[in-house]
Amino acid sequence: MLKDQDRIFQNLYNDLGSNLTSAQKRGDWVNTKEITEKGRDWIINEIKDSQLRGRGGAGFPTGLKWSFAPKEVGSRPHYLVINGDESEPGTCKDRDILRFEPHKLIEGCLIASYAIQAHVCYIYIRGEYFVDGQKLQAAIDEAYEKKLVGKNAAGTGWDLDIYIHYGAGAYICGEETALLESIEGNKGQPRLKPPFPALIGLYGCPTIINNVETIAVVPTILRRGGKWFASLGREKNTGTKIFCISGNVNNPCNVEEEMNIPLKELIEVHAGGVIGGWDNLQAVIPGGSSMPLIPKEKCETLTMDFDSLVAEKSGLGTAGVVVINKDQDIIKCMARIARFYKHESCGQCTPCREGSGWMWRMLERMAKGEASKDEIEMLGDVTKQIEGHTICAFGEGSSWPVQGLLRHFKDEIKKRNNFDPIVKENQNIPYLVDQHLLDKNA
Amino acid sequence: MSLKRPAKDQPESFEFNSSSLEAANKIISKYPEGKQQSAVMALLYIAQKQNNNWIPLVAMKYIANLLDMPYIKVYEVATFYSMFNLSPVGKYFIQVCTTTPCMIRGAGKLVEACKEKISENESELLPDKNCSWMEVECLGACVTAPMMQINDDYYEDLDKEKTLEILDKILKDEIPKPGSYRGRINNEPENGRKTLMELKNA
Repeated sequence: MLKDQDRIFQNLYNDLGSNLTSAQKRGDWVNTKEITEKGRDWIINEIKDSQLRGRGGAGFPTGLKWSFAPKEVGSRPHYLVINGDESEPGTCKDRDILRFEPHKLIEGCLIASYAIQAHVCYIYIRGEYFVDGQKLQAAIDEAYEKKLVGKNAAGTGWDLDIYIHYGAGAYICGEETALLESIEGNKGQPRLKPPFPALIGLYGCPTIINNVETIAVVPTILRRGGKWFASLGREKNTGTKIFCISGNVNNPCNVEEEMNIPLKELIEVHAGGVIGGWDNLQAVIPGGSSMPLIPKEKCETLTMDFDSLVAEKSGLGTAGVVVINKDQDIIKCMARIARFYKHESCGQCTPCREGSGWMWRMLERMAKGEASKDEIEMLGDVTKQIEGHTICAFGEGSSWPVQGLLRHFKDEIKKRNNFDPIVKENQNIPYLVDQHLLDKNA
Repeated sequence: MSLKRPAKDQPESFEFNSSSLEAANKIISKYPEGKQQSAVMALLYIAQKQNNNWIPLVAMKYIANLLDMPYIKVYEVATFYSMFNLSPVGKYFIQVCTTTPCMIRGAGKLVEACKEKISENESELLPDKNCSWMEVECLGACVTAPMMQINDDYYEDLDKEKTLEILDKILKDEIPKPGSYRGRINNEPENGRKTLMELKNA
């Protein structure tokens, strides 16, 4: 288990209070000025050395992303945008950072803004987190008052303004370009890439978009060194991560742990075990609803990091672990996820808008045992038609969980949906006038 | 499903009152000059708050004028996002999360409780009730599932009995205490936490 002193979010459970004084006691804002004095290149290199990968789901290397920002500020200003539109079912880590560790986030905003030369930072928070957003706003106001942000923020000589922008209940706005559209006052429909936001982003200006957790760990990495962060976890999957363990476990919780931790340890030690014991485990969704589920057999030895989960044809995503035990109907669970995606599709690309509804309706029928056996292959086919044929990754996100179900629980679906819709022998059904075609001697 | 169809009975006129207007101007100033359109979502929230938790069409026209943008663009935004109510809802607006992590921990029971206490169908506003309820997608509190949101507050770690108690209070126009209803603190494991031990009860 990770040592307590190596945990970045000491106040994850709000033992200490989230105000500025207690945050400073935990080491926030201590030597921000000295950090920025070492220069932009040093900051970006240190983040590159730490091998920090984005915590929002895709796992893109953060240092590399920052280095895409133009070196010189041209006629267009640069922007930093923080993605706090946490809506992935199974994930609730950013909420705890917003309400309990706001100063880590604000300090991270200052350092990142300095590194990419942005004077304005927008923090996009999902509308439902209004109360938590108010707590963050209080922390921002406190920081303004103590001159930690604003003109000459924290004595660094850098001017920075931080604003909160509330979303309004659209999952798709967690996609970075949809998020930019939303800030610009449009419907949240993703843009085509390229051009990438690092060159043409918010209001057509260079914009770097990072997840809340990614930015919040930056100050600690720079204080303790990229080498320290890289020493945790394993190569290319370094550092710590907040895991959210929900579903059928005895003590669902958020916990910060080292990358590459065994899934079994996460469930047994931190979450108090599966309800009904480990043998009662059916499957685990390892990284938020858009990642394919993993059946029990593989959960025994699975370790939780980006690359080892990709090897299992799943992904770490946001590290929202949803545990499903044998008391649940797995097809129903996935049908409900498909309904989520049907509801949240932005409607821009036809394969996703129509396909997500198809998947939902087929799965609902399969859960009830009303589908024919041919439809199982057809469902797989539908997922393939969506995946890769959309502007953003929502297409993958909606079809992967269904593919995961088909990969691991096909037998279960077959058992329940066994009837053959084709009439193979003569039956006394008056409206089937073509039954003479079944005559084998003809 | 969200309330995306505009209500049949629409008010004749709408205007921000002075405190709303002040809040609106403060928000517009957050965005660069000429990009005031960015404030549209925040202004829709303000309109919704001022107008008993729903947005009439005249309010959208008013906001369009205020931000110097076409009415259709405001309408587009208001119908795209699910948190804007285009028809009246109860004074207490109850949203029950029923996405998978909540579902497998028994969100169906919460829906049952709402059906018993409030109305058989969701988004139904009965004349003698001060609240309405709706099923929504993931609210981002999966660790404390099942949960529901009443206006701005989260009520977590619920079961049917506790939900009935909360709804009883709401129907009596009392505001129950938000947070976990199993008495646990935030998102820590309920008993036997294994991390940050020294800080516990610090």
